[in-house]
Amino acid sequence: MAATSRDIDKLISREYRHGFFTDIEADSVPPGLNEDIIRLISAKKNEPEFMLNWRLKAYRHWLTMREPKWANTYYPSIDYQAIVYYSAPKKDKNRPKSLDEVDPKLRETYDKLGIPLEEQELLAGVAVDAVFDSVSVATTFRKKLAERGVIFCSFSEAVQNHPQLVQKYLGSVVPHTDNFYAALNSAVFTDGSFVYVPKGVRCPMELSTYFRINAQNTGQFERTLIIADEGAYVSYLEGCTAPQRDENQLHAAVVELVALDDAQIKYSTVQNWYPGDEQGRGGIYNFVTKRGECRGRNAKISWTQVETGSAITMKYPSVVLTGANSVGEFYSVALTNNYQQADTGTKMIHIGKNTKSTIISKGLSAGHGQNSYRGLVRIAKGAERARNYTQCDSMLIGDKCGAHTFPYVEVKNPTATVEHEASTSKIGEDQIFYLNQRGISTEDAVSMIVSGFCKEVFQELPMEFAVEAQKLLGVSLEGSVG
Amino acid sequence: MLSIRNLHVSVEDKAILKGIDLDVNAGEVHAIMGPNGSGKSTLAQVLAGRENYTVTAGHVTFEGQDLLELSPEERAQQGLFLAFQYPVEIPGVSNIYLLKSALNAIRKAQGDDELDAMDLLNTVKEKMKLSKMDQALLYRSVNEGFSGGEKKRNEILQMAVLEPKLAILDETDSGLDIDALKIVADGVNSLRTPERAFILVTHYQRLLNYIEPDYVHVLAGGRIAKSGDKTLAQELERSGYGWLSARTAAAGG
Repeated sequence: MAATSRDIDKLISREYRHGFFTDIEADSVPPGLNEDIIRLISAKKNEPEFMLNWRLKAYRHWLTMREPKWANTYYPSIDYQAIVYYSAPKKDKNRPKSLDEVDPKLRETYDKLGIPLEEQELLAGVAVDAVFDSVSVATTFRKKLAERGVIFCSFSEAVQNHPQLVQKYLGSVVPHTDNFYAALNSAVFTDGSFVYVPKGVRCPMELSTYFRINAQNTGQFERTLIIADEGAYVSYLEGCTAPQRDENQLHAAVVELVALDDAQIKYSTVQNWYPGDEQGRGGIYNFVTKRGECRGRNAKISWTQVETGSAITMKYPSVVLTGANSVGEFYSVALTNNYQQADTGTKMIHIGKNTKSTIISKGLSAGHGQNSYRGLVRIAKGAERARNYTQCDSMLIGDKCGAHTFPYVEVKNPTATVEHEASTSKIGEDQIFYLNQRGISTEDAVSMIVSGFCKEVFQELPMEFAVEAQKLLGVSLEGSVG
Repeated sequence: MLSIRNLHVSVEDKAILKGIDLDVNAGEVHAIMGPNGSGKSTLAQVLAGRENYTVTAGHVTFEGQDLLELSPEERAQQGLFLAFQYPVEIPGVSNIYLLKSALNAIRKAQGDDELDAMDLLNTVKEKMKLSKMDQALLYRSVNEGFSGGEKKRNEILQMAVLEPKLAILDETDSGLDIDALKIVADGVNSLRTPERAFILVTHYQRLLNYIEPDYVHVLAGGRIAKSGDKTLAQELERSGYGWLSARTAAAGG
């Protein structure tokens, strides 16, 4: 027997399932970054002047900034001049009008990932805005959404068709000066998703985007902007996988959410980018800025994330609680295996009165994985009776991994209530043996114990996403338990 | 059903069992008694396949198979059940989910169809009457926040649902008050069939007032020092284990 720690290792060390390339001609600009490249990107995308000016402003500010080094992560410096900042599938001009017109190879890729678009349409009732490399290729259900006045399109299309909305909200939550990667994104982003839900409208379906990084050495700089007008509701799902490759890839997306009076935004992510191989070679650098603002009274923003991929993750989906009585939530499962490093958490910035936030973070470390929770709860002077509840739980699988917690709390109003709970546990041989003795294999036992540990987060996910997430955790931990 | 021959077991190079011989046939109830440290629980754990126990000699066959060659889950799938002395808590995993996963894993291994959720629920509710458990416990996390008595009754429920050929109860009576003990005993008694065998590992004779064993074995110093019928348990109750150890020592010397 003596299965346990060896079996855990075996379970964890499974090779990445989504490792493959799609051979599609890409329309790329040469590597490197300067103002000419930014002008070229903007021109290729046929952008109005305000966009170009905003990009240039961001670029000039970025030049004055330094790469942040405060995270609990270790990796070689990134050569920003070696990155290709624009890559679009060739037939950009003749975009497909329906799924039938989508490049068969692309369809094949989605099939391999288990995301057949038509089935998604029929079965899940999910509108998919698929980002392949940097340009949206297929958008479905747009008509149905348009009937309710919901705008769901690629960011480029929004710039062309709804420039006033873009101009009004772009950078209003994450300014171009916010941080090193957000500034870089603002300068060079090529596409992303745009959602606007008008006053009083409940978006009739879950909106979903599958991201996929594909062309060689292309940094992905997505930009997502979601606006829920007064009394509106929208649930947005983001899920992604990437093909196997050797070189590290930078992914520096920005997601901005704006919720006005009585509006609600639910943003769910399942992130499964290439984490690097068992020795820690390759893998995606996932340096993403995600922030929402409850700009109106009684607004609510919830982030739910299941992070299993990427070699290095630095990501802090945050909520700025400006409106009185507004609510921010963060539910997170972060798993690190092999040599993955994750420094992730959230910021809850309480500005308005009676604002409330909840943070539930579940960190899972296996192999040599290092998992850090970093969270900030700030109660501003005027945030009367603000409340926060934070719960951080870590689970260790095997004895070579690490879990770390860095909670920051700043309270400037004496009427506030802030609670923090934390726990660290080890997946127990006793638990595994108990389940074995009930006829359950070690692999299923680990998956069961881990799912139980993450339950509070999974139950926040939309149903079909929850199932996917649970499977993903199982796959990511295969080979890790003995 | 179960045949143990000359079983020697060590933990970290310390010999715990030093030559156990035991035969258990279908329909029989065997009680294994003995003082603390005599190796009772070790025997239960080794039969279930716990790691960290090294079998240094001897062999065990279960239903004609070499038991020691099987993984813990294979043993369970073949119909061997261990009711734990200290049932483990599994946060976030509901009791009903565990029952479903376990029953279906066993059914699958035996070539039966998996039960769907409705059939399972009906089966489980039926069996819950045996262990007199509140149905609300089905939806609570496995053993989390359960009282000592609830945990033991939960073991009985799992046994009732999984319908093993051989059930080993490892000090299931310890820490139970008299009412809980009766419930556990009633559960076991109602599961006694001509096809099913039980091994009751216990320190006290008390449990045997409610579950009448066919055989009683007294373990001392890693060996079965004495075997007999239920009157042996009563004898132990009167005179304790002291005389036995002395006898073993004398016999050994």
